[in-house]
Amino acid sequence: MRRFAFIALLFAWLAPAVAFAVEPDEMLKDPVLEARARHLSEELRCMVCQNQSIDDSAAPLARDLRLLVRQRLTQGDTDQQVLDFLVARYGDFVLLRPPVKFDTLLLWGLPPAALVAGLIALVAMARRRRTASLQPAALTPEEQKRLSTLVGPGAPEA
Amino acid sequence: MIPELGHYALVLALALSLIQSVGPVIGARYRDASLMRLADSTALMQFFFVALSFAALTVSYVTSDFSVANVFENSHSMMPLIYKMTSVWGNHEGSMLLWVLILAVFGAGVAAFGRNLPSSLKALVLAVQSWIATAFYLFILLTSNPFLRLPQAPFEGRDLNPILQDPGLAIHPPLLYLGYVGFSIAFSFAVAALIEGRIDAAWARWVRPWTLAAWMFLTLGIAMGSYWAYYTLGWGGFWFWDPVENASLMPWLSGTALLHSAVVMEKRNALKIWTVLLAILTFSLSLIGTFLVRSGVLTSVHAFATDPTRGIFILGILIAFIGGSLTLFAWRAPMLKQGGLFAPISREGSLVFNNLFLTTACLTVFVGTLYPLALEAMTGEKISVGPPFYNVTFGPLMIALVFAMPFGPLLAWKRGDLLGVAQRLMSAFAVGLVAVAIAFAAEGGQSVLAPFGVGLAFFVMAGAAVDIAERAGLFRVPLATAAKRAAGLPRSAWGTAVAHVGIALTLLGIIGAATWGTERIVALKPSQTVALSGYELSFDGLTQRRGPNYSAQVATFSVHSGGALIGIMEPSKRSFSARGMSTNEAALMMRGLGQLYLSLGDTNADGSIAVRLYYKPLVMLIWFGAVVMMLGGALSLSDRRLRVGAPKPGRKPAAKPALQAAE
Repeated sequence: MRRFAFIALLFAWLAPAVAFAVEPDEMLKDPVLEARARHLSEELRCMVCQNQSIDDSAAPLARDLRLLVRQRLTQGDTDQQVLDFLVARYGDFVLLRPPVKFDTLLLWGLPPAALVAGLIALVAMARRRRTASLQPAALTPEEQKRLSTLVGPGAPEA
Repeated sequence: MIPELGHYALVLALALSLIQSVGPVIGARYRDASLMRLADSTALMQFFFVALSFAALTVSYVTSDFSVANVFENSHSMMPLIYKMTSVWGNHEGSMLLWVLILAVFGAGVAAFGRNLPSSLKALVLAVQSWIATAFYLFILLTSNPFLRLPQAPFEGRDLNPILQDPGLAIHPPLLYLGYVGFSIAFSFAVAALIEGRIDAAWARWVRPWTLAAWMFLTLGIAMGSYWAYYTLGWGGFWFWDPVENASLMPWLSGTALLHSAVVMEKRNALKIWTVLLAILTFSLSLIGTFLVRSGVLTSVHAFATDPTRGIFILGILIAFIGGSLTLFAWRAPMLKQGGLFAPISREGSLVFNNLFLTTACLTVFVGTLYPLALEAMTGEKISVGPPFYNVTFGPLMIALVFAMPFGPLLAWKRGDLLGVAQRLMSAFAVGLVAVAIAFAAEGGQSVLAPFGVGLAFFVMAGAAVDIAERAGLFRVPLATAAKRAAGLPRSAWGTAVAHVGIALTLLGIIGAATWGTERIVALKPSQTVALSGYELSFDGLTQRRGPNYSAQVATFSVHSGGALIGIMEPSKRSFSARGMSTNEAALMMRGLGQLYLSLGDTNADGSIAVRLYYKPLVMLIWFGAVVMMLGGALSLSDRRLRVGAPKPGRKPAAKPALQAAE
């Protein structure tokens, strides 16, 4: 695998399979159910593929999963029930949007935390600068000396 | 003989690189002009020898010299010439050689065009470039030598992976590498500035053109890759949030942030420390991308563990450069003097906002890409992070950023007036609202969010127009004067406006293709017809054709619109005997800014063939927008103050002789 041009690495697993994703014979007659099935398929990972949803994948496993999803839907499952069923069977790995739980706290939490921390830091910095710019900096000894020569010895100490 | 020549040239480049790593640093330390100037000649010579090495490998490919292991494994004598040449980088070893070639191109570029750089800064920049180059020459020579011979030359090669035998992929890797290897210059400048402990606005002016050039290539490279995936993979998607794509997106996001913060530094001498940090981070992300892709860690954590030599080597490079530069940063950055105060509501403030959102977006992609790997390595638990994750995390950040985009250029430096800017943007708001209303009426409630996206895109485009109109004084001065002023505006102002319009166009394309597209998946027998978004496509039949190194099954469709024949589409499946692999060639037909898209699936027992048909309105705007962004970058690059080697504007003629004497 490593030998191929790097972008191909990502797509290389596809190469032997010309057949594509959703096949005509899998589709449900009911357009509403079929639309739900397609929507669910986009949230589910084909576990033998590299980062592909079962909607996009041509692997046999993806086909099995697509059929399974449609089967559950025709039996009257809600979308959530279908997902729960698959998670019970295959674990969180099957979900392309990982659930929020202890193990994924950093995954979900880090970006918003960074945004908030960045905003707080910026506000704090702006405040500090404002107070800093209100109080003029003290004169350096040289400046003090120049001031004395200009206005005489009675110059106020800055 | 020729492969050995190439091998030897690479070793010579390594030797030169070692000299360049040390000599100029000593020269800069002791102010020795001749040692500092040494870097110029070694950088140019390095380029010469790496180019020679690359040429040697190319010759081996073109002449199908299968005694070279690398050529045997990735080429075929029957392959068209163009693919023989692109096979050079269609494999691990060759693509690393391309990597160092581009590194050498940039190094030679600084040596040749950096005449106005202070000599010590230039020497240090080239030395840092050489540290990177040395690491990668060693990597190639020790773990990934493309010039190894086979004891017995095979009669025929194993062919290039068929999926790479495509014109799109021929130019994609060089563009991408020009982009993210190009960021090495910004990195070298940052490290050199930290070593010198001195940094000023001029530094930003020297760094910006290199960063801008790298950014332009990366933009185009990513767009190219996306278009290639779109037409090759057969299901019409244009972005998959795959780790390999993310690897190129991360440097793009932080590189974009760097471009904007460098503006603040150049104009106002502020945000210095942050700009230096971004320069380091951007190239670090390029290195991380190289590691992710080249080490095999993405395929699986286990694949990495079974053959770790290359992975460990790159990991070592990664730790040395990222760790080293960040340590240097932590040590030296506090010594850099901060300058230029500004109020939160100001041009600077808006660019800080831009940076905050771009870096957060970059962090989101970073976490999404690496978290599953880290979690699996540490706990053994496997999770997947796919498009649905990025849609809810990355999406909102981008929407906020794009909405803020028109405000930035209109705010004044130091202290801006948000209310005043909002008033001046009223006409742009109006354009956006009208666009929302039209989109709502046109789509008939298909999607609630899409019309707002369209409105946002039009707001940004109108905002860019308002920016230019304001600067030119349109409606305040006679039209002819305004036109003259607009033409006389700095090219960078036009560049900003054009690049922002590019973002809006890409946004429009994404909305159009993702929400208003139509899709049909059907099994068809010859002479059957399908209707799709007002087009009628009739399947005329299947034929077999032979290509140079493959055989193809071609389906012919005639496309009718309003009863008239408007064209023929021929999607096909190719099978390549050398590797026993097949590819799917989608057929595309332009319809305005949209496309009809056909791809073939399996042939069934009853003689029918599965076909996926799409109509994707506005889809071309996704990539066209990226090209417009790149043009914006080019305009900005042509700004006289940025032109490499151009004298600073406004310099008094009296200063000229002194400058020449200094040279």
